[in-house]
Amino acid sequence: MTRLATDSGAELSLETTVTGIDPSGVVSLVSPAGLAELRPRAVLVATGARERPRSARLIPGDRPAGVFTTGLLQQWVHVHHLPVGRRAIVEGAEHVSFSAAMTLRDAGVETVAMVTELPRHQTLGGFALASRFLMGIPLLTSTRVAAVHGRGRVSSVELADLTSGRRRTVEVDTVVFTGEWVPDHELARRAGVRIDPATKGPMTDGGGQTSVVGILAAGNVVHPGETAGMAALGGRRVAQRLAERLRRGDFDRPVGGVEVRVVEPLAWAWPNVVRPDDVPDRILLRTRTFTGRRTVSVEQDGRVLGQARLRHATPNRSLSIGGGWVADVDAAAGPVGLRLV
Amino acid sequence: MTDTVDAVVVGAGVVGCAIARELARHGLSVTVVDRAADVGEGTSKANTAILHTGFDTAPGSLESRLVSQGYHLLVAYAEAAGIAVEPTGALLVAWDDEQEAALPGLLDKARANGYEAARFIDAAEVRRREPHLGPGARAGLEVPGESIIDPWSVTLALATEATRARAMLRLGTSVEGIAEGADEHLVTLSDGRVRARWVINAAGLFSDRIDRMLGHDGFTITPRRGQLIVFDKLARGLVSGIVLPVPTERSKGVLVLPTVWGNVLLGPTAEDLEDRGDTATTEGGIDQLLAAGRAILPPLLDEEVTALYAGIRAATEHRDYQISLHASQRYVCVGGIRSTGLTAALAIAEHVADLLRSTGLKLAVRDDLGPPLVMPALGEAQQRPYQRADLIEEDPEYGRVLCHCEQVTAGEVRDACRSEVPATDLAGVRRRTRAMNGRCNGFFCGAEVVALSAARTGRTAGQLTMVDR
Ligand SMILES: Cc1cc2nc3c(=O)[nH]c(=O)nc-3n(C[C@H](O)[C@H](O)[C@H](O)COP(=O)(O)OP(=O)(O)OC[C@H]3O[C@@H](n4cnc5c(N)ncnc54)[C@H](O)[C@@H]3O)c2cc1C
Ligand SMILES: Cc1cc2nc3c(=O)[nH]c(=O)nc-3n(C[C@H](O)[C@H](O)[C@H](O)COP(=O)(O)OP(=O)(O)OC[C@H]3O[C@@H](n4cnc5c(N)ncnc54)[C@H](O)[C@@H]3O)c2cc1C
Repeated sequence: MTRLATDSGAELSLETTVTGIDPSGVVSLVSPAGLAELRPRAVLVATGARERPRSARLIPGDRPAGVFTTGLLQQWVHVHHLPVGRRAIVEGAEHVSFSAAMTLRDAGVETVAMVTELPRHQTLGGFALASRFLMGIPLLTSTRVAAVHGRGRVSSVELADLTSGRRRTVEVDTVVFTGEWVPDHELARRAGVRIDPATKGPMTDGGGQTSVVGILAAGNVVHPGETAGMAALGGRRVAQRLAERLRRGDFDRPVGGVEVRVVEPLAWAWPNVVRPDDVPDRILLRTRTFTGRRTVSVEQDGRVLGQARLRHATPNRSLSIGGGWVADVDAAAGPVGLRLV
Repeated sequence: MTDTVDAVVVGAGVVGCAIARELARHGLSVTVVDRAADVGEGTSKANTAILHTGFDTAPGSLESRLVSQGYHLLVAYAEAAGIAVEPTGALLVAWDDEQEAALPGLLDKARANGYEAARFIDAAEVRRREPHLGPGARAGLEVPGESIIDPWSVTLALATEATRARAMLRLGTSVEGIAEGADEHLVTLSDGRVRARWVINAAGLFSDRIDRMLGHDGFTITPRRGQLIVFDKLARGLVSGIVLPVPTERSKGVLVLPTVWGNVLLGPTAEDLEDRGDTATTEGGIDQLLAAGRAILPPLLDEEVTALYAGIRAATEHRDYQISLHASQRYVCVGGIRSTGLTAALAIAEHVADLLRSTGLKLAVRDDLGPPLVMPALGEAQQRPYQRADLIEEDPEYGRVLCHCEQVTAGEVRDACRSEVPATDLAGVRRRTRAMNGRCNGFFCGAEVVALSAARTGRTAGQLTMVDR
């Protein structure tokens, strides 16, 4: 993909950090070569998402070494070949959690359990079965890590069974907090871009346009927790649309649009801004709970714009519905709401 | 190793380091002993980081005097050494009748403490200054002098200057016993011993234990834990200064304040404990803080949390610091430095020097102290290395940002590992640079920071993260 980009004429500046994007579009950079400023016509923010770490999950206890996210763990093991520990617990049971368990195995660490607050794991059935069969890791559902203990190094975690309320202590020296993706939206937010309280990423239309003229966003910063393939495809679409707009010369005009909001148990939807003259193929959706086959109703100011049948929904995995209803959105009316009926 | 030093200082917290620096700069040979592997590992690393004016201390107390002196000394010290300090000011906010009725008493107390700048402001003015406060603020008392500071760099700077003045830092070893002698004391350490003419007890939460080793029984530490929540830098815009509660009979209340690094703190709790080492946060404590935060500054709770921590105040049964000179025993006790010791540290050190002088000891400033110390710039209001073209041109490692969240460069991590008082574990690197202390907690940079720290400290990654002990 790097080749694709450079072959098409893009210049890649590695070891370069964007320290700020001005609402007027000035981009500040720092690299070993020094400071620099760019004044591009368009800035595309593709800063990705991070896993929510222990502190942000408000997990109390001591502050020992030995607490990881999957991202940290995988660089620890595969990039820098650092020692991890002996016995680990993995919090989370979505795709990336299984990936964490495999990395632990590669590093010679025994995973004593995977725990999830939800009643079931959230990865593909075959993947979960195969990896658990291979690794023999028990999955504790409706359970959460309630505290981390240890002076200097993790010595144990406290697990809470959410059904019975019972607590127990498991001796481990390593804890991996997986998933719970949070967009790295800070550059966009400081540039004044509107943030969707549901995704916590910049609000954009299907073309990646944010609320600020000249600033676009794509990838996991707008739809946290998608696969690399989805992020790449999304990025390409946004880039194509951007190129078109720059060619047409109407790029500097605000495009407006109506916000898309969701009602629980829906977790988020993207694109989170729509316009009747720009009908997206699909709308991505996530739920907070496992739901059977349900219908999503799309409404605007009490008017039903469309309904779509969903397959079984799994939290932390996306579904999508067609975007045809967007053509009927009233650009002058209130936000569009998505809810399960 | 059996050379006799003039003074052994027990404890390398902010108070012990300040004392060691003061005495060493005045020509005494000093050894500082701490059981922790780094300086400031006790209460000095886990507080609220306010530079107090002393407006609400007990008038006439030693604490009152040392806090207000220490305040001025530390502002000047921090500014000279490039340690982040911001004069944000504080606002005591009254939310009910009882609190509103307590404000005049606080104003009187401030005046009794010699602090004249406090004044009342009305509800509208409270709102104008802190527009994001929750509903119901009745009135306020403004204390413009209250400031925020980088507490980690203060302790580190004091320790560094102490060692530059030839004090010895013996970390990772604890004082196990003290045998008094006619001319010198024999201090037994877990890994050796020190002979010293004077013993200075700055052992924080264990200052009563050291005091008892020397036959005294004047006070007992009653540990009081304070839990705090740190919010991400994106929350910084929600408060302009320190928002203080009005203390009443029923509760001491919770603070919301910015840090010099650009975060927002919510806390602390006040819990009496048995265990002096129990710096764990708890579900109950965090819930209590979140409930208070929701009332004081509702939008704060939408921001991401970057850390939970707890510190323990060295409270005693007395209402003042327990500082005493035992001249014939050649012993100074500096105990019970409760919740203001960061502010007061430099004044406490001068006070200890004065106590020694009063016994006839000659203390004169050394003439070989060298140039003033400059600490790395870590404050949000300072110019950080990643912002400095001149530094990066000289050394491109200051342009290589490892930690995106806190904008920490490879050059800074390297420096922290080979400074005069170097980091010895990952936590030490984090305090000296802020790497991994941001919203991602090292998701992006953690492995690289550890690998680099291992290469630079000569310790293994396993040692830095205590995989093998
Ligand atoms: C541990 C882990 C395992 C995963 N496993 C899989 C898997 O098996 N299969 C799969 O399909 N997906 C997997 N994913 C998800 C996949 O990595 C993401 O879907 C994909 O990387 C998202 O792409 P993105 O371009 O949106 O963001 P990212 O790939 O996160 O890219 C964001 C980039 O922005 C850069 N950046 C951020 N801030 C700044 C700044 N201020 N200045 C300069 N640059 C900045 C970052 O350095 C980063 O390179 C995994 C993710 C993780 C963390
Ligand atoms: C929640 C909280 C908030 C606070 N907020 C503020 C504030 O905003 N402003 C302010 O000015 N102050 C504040 N304080 C108080 C301030 O942090 C303390 O007063 C100060 O840090 C005390 O420093 P110290 O050096 O006396 O103690 P410590 O930092 O605890 O140092 C004592 C050292 O002695 C060592 N030691 C003990 N026994 C032995 C032994 N036998 N052998 C070897 N070493 C030993 C310990 O390892 C420790 O490092 C707060 C405190 C708390 C808990």
